Amino acid sequence: MLAIDSLAKHFPNGVIALNDVDLAIDQSEIVSLVGTSGCGKSTLLRILSGLESASHGRVAIDGEAVSGPHPEIGMVFQEARLMPWLTVADNVRFALKDEDKATQDRKIADVLAKVGLADFAQAYPRQLSGGMAQRVAIARALVRRPSILLLDEPFSALDSFTRLQLQEHLLELWREERFTMVFVTHDVEEAVALSDRIVVMRGNPGHIHAEFSLDLPRPRKRTDADFQHWKEKITQSLDLS
Amino acid sequence: MTAEVYNRETEAAAPDRAVASARPSRVLSSLSGTKGLIVPAVLVAGWSTLSWAGVFAPNLVPGPAAVLAEISSLWASGDLTSHIGVTLTRVFFGFIAGTLAATLLGALTGYSRTARELLDPTLQALKAVPSLAWVPLFILWFGIFEASKVTLIAVGVFFPIYLNLVEGIQGVDRKLVEVARLNRFSRLDLVRRVLLPATLPSYVVGLRAGLALGWMFVIAAELMGASEGLGYLMIDGQMTGRPAVIVASLILFAIAGKLTDALLAGAARPFLAWQDGFGDMKGASHARNR
Ligand SMILES: Nc1ncnc2c1ncn2[C@@H]1O[C@H](COP(=O)(O)OP(=O)(O)OP(=O)(O)O)[C@@H](O)[C@H]1O
Ligand SMILES: [Mg+2]
Repeated sequence: MLAIDSLAKHFPNGVIALNDVDLAIDQSEIVSLVGTSGCGKSTLLRILSGLESASHGRVAIDGEAVSGPHPEIGMVFQEARLMPWLTVADNVRFALKDEDKATQDRKIADVLAKVGLADFAQAYPRQLSGGMAQRVAIARALVRRPSILLLDEPFSALDSFTRLQLQEHLLELWREERFTMVFVTHDVEEAVALSDRIVVMRGNPGHIHAEFSLDLPRPRKRTDADFQHWKEKITQSLDLS
Repeated sequence: MTAEVYNRETEAAAPDRAVASARPSRVLSSLSGTKGLIVPAVLVAGWSTLSWAGVFAPNLVPGPAAVLAEISSLWASGDLTSHIGVTLTRVFFGFIAGTLAATLLGALTGYSRTARELLDPTLQALKAVPSLAWVPLFILWFGIFEASKVTLIAVGVFFPIYLNLVEGIQGVDRKLVEVARLNRFSRLDLVRRVLLPATLPSYVVGLRAGLALGWMFVIAAELMGASEGLGYLMIDGQMTGRPAVIVASLILFAIAGKLTDALLAGAARPFLAWQDGFGDMKGASHARNR
């Protein structure tokens, strides 16, 4: 379980990006963070990932406080952040260590097959489309089989068709691996399609405004009345913020 | 093509130093393609025709035939080989010394903030001294022999490499560094697996600009007092009123500069294939075939 207790973040320039954030996320739960630009979603995710430290409060995984990057956590950003000088396989290798080369190679081949890029192991990032690059980033985040996957607007730079594909793909991976997911997005439909729970945040200073547990069965159909109903509801909550 | 890209970057990276050095090497680098040979061929033909028609005074502008004859007679006497050898040796040692110093200091100030705050202002101030102004001091310290010449060349080589390296390290994408941090890289691994490869392109730009300046400074050093070397040969041609010797030396400088630059670029190319698109053709068809 991922526990966030009275978390606050004050930047040196005086900006209070987060104030008193409490959130408990269950094993294998999918939680989306939505909210206006600048309300602290990325900051929250960066603290969870260990890239940024909290000013107050704490983050704990299964009761153990997290300080700094943690092997049980994988992260995907809006940009793929691949090393342009490395092949796809070697980019994925970035997340592996303390194993012999053969074990690494096997894990890399496995995870690339899972994201549908088995044939591109030896390609370079410049040869990939945006969607493929993002799948490599997902593979790199998952190759260690982390129990928690953090995603900060991972699909927002992609065209809508590719975005749909990758959402479905991510859900497939989740069904197999059952990692906990914290997903930042601006796309309400994306949040409703993926999440067990949607957390609406507001800014100045960043805090949690509302939480919605979605009782929608999976797989979800975007045309269902219930789906549309949730979309409406979340959008309203966002508009008021 | 590749060289052009580099040189344009060099100008952006170290404008004051690079402009002078980038122009000749850009012109020269285009010589390597067959198309690049067209313009020089036309020029030589024009030069030849005009000389033959008597438009130029032969005692000021020698014809290509006279220059060629001069080169072959210098070659036959063995003088040419020894002059070229001496100049090459000076450039070589000056380049190595300048590169070593620039790499050490650049890596230090690029990576460590403390070192940057301590050293960089001083180095930037030294950069502002026109490099030839060092000459009297170097002669005083090292005498008029090899050491002062090599030091002068090293100073010329130093700055473009240092500046490009520091800028390269500073410019490494913070987002990529975060990926290394997320994966709990050690400092050494961060340097080895992220900073080094990410910095390499701008380092190579620096090396090539440095080499070009090395050639510029060897001439300066040899013009100011030498008994051997291509620069000396030029002065000798001037003193003895033999313009063919001067033009021959110019051409030899151009060829030597171009060849050493091509050597450097060729040595760097395998490490930069990911960046300059050298492997693009193969890669793209690989991707398409799937
Ligand atoms: N390194 C930093 N230094 C100072 N202020 C920062 C820093 N990073 C973020 N902030 C500020 O903190 C606030 C929250 O930023 P954050 O990036 O978390 O927002 P966000 O919700 O992710 O926005 P968006 O939806 O646009 O991505 C903003 O006001 C931002 O200006
Ligand atoms: Mg953000």
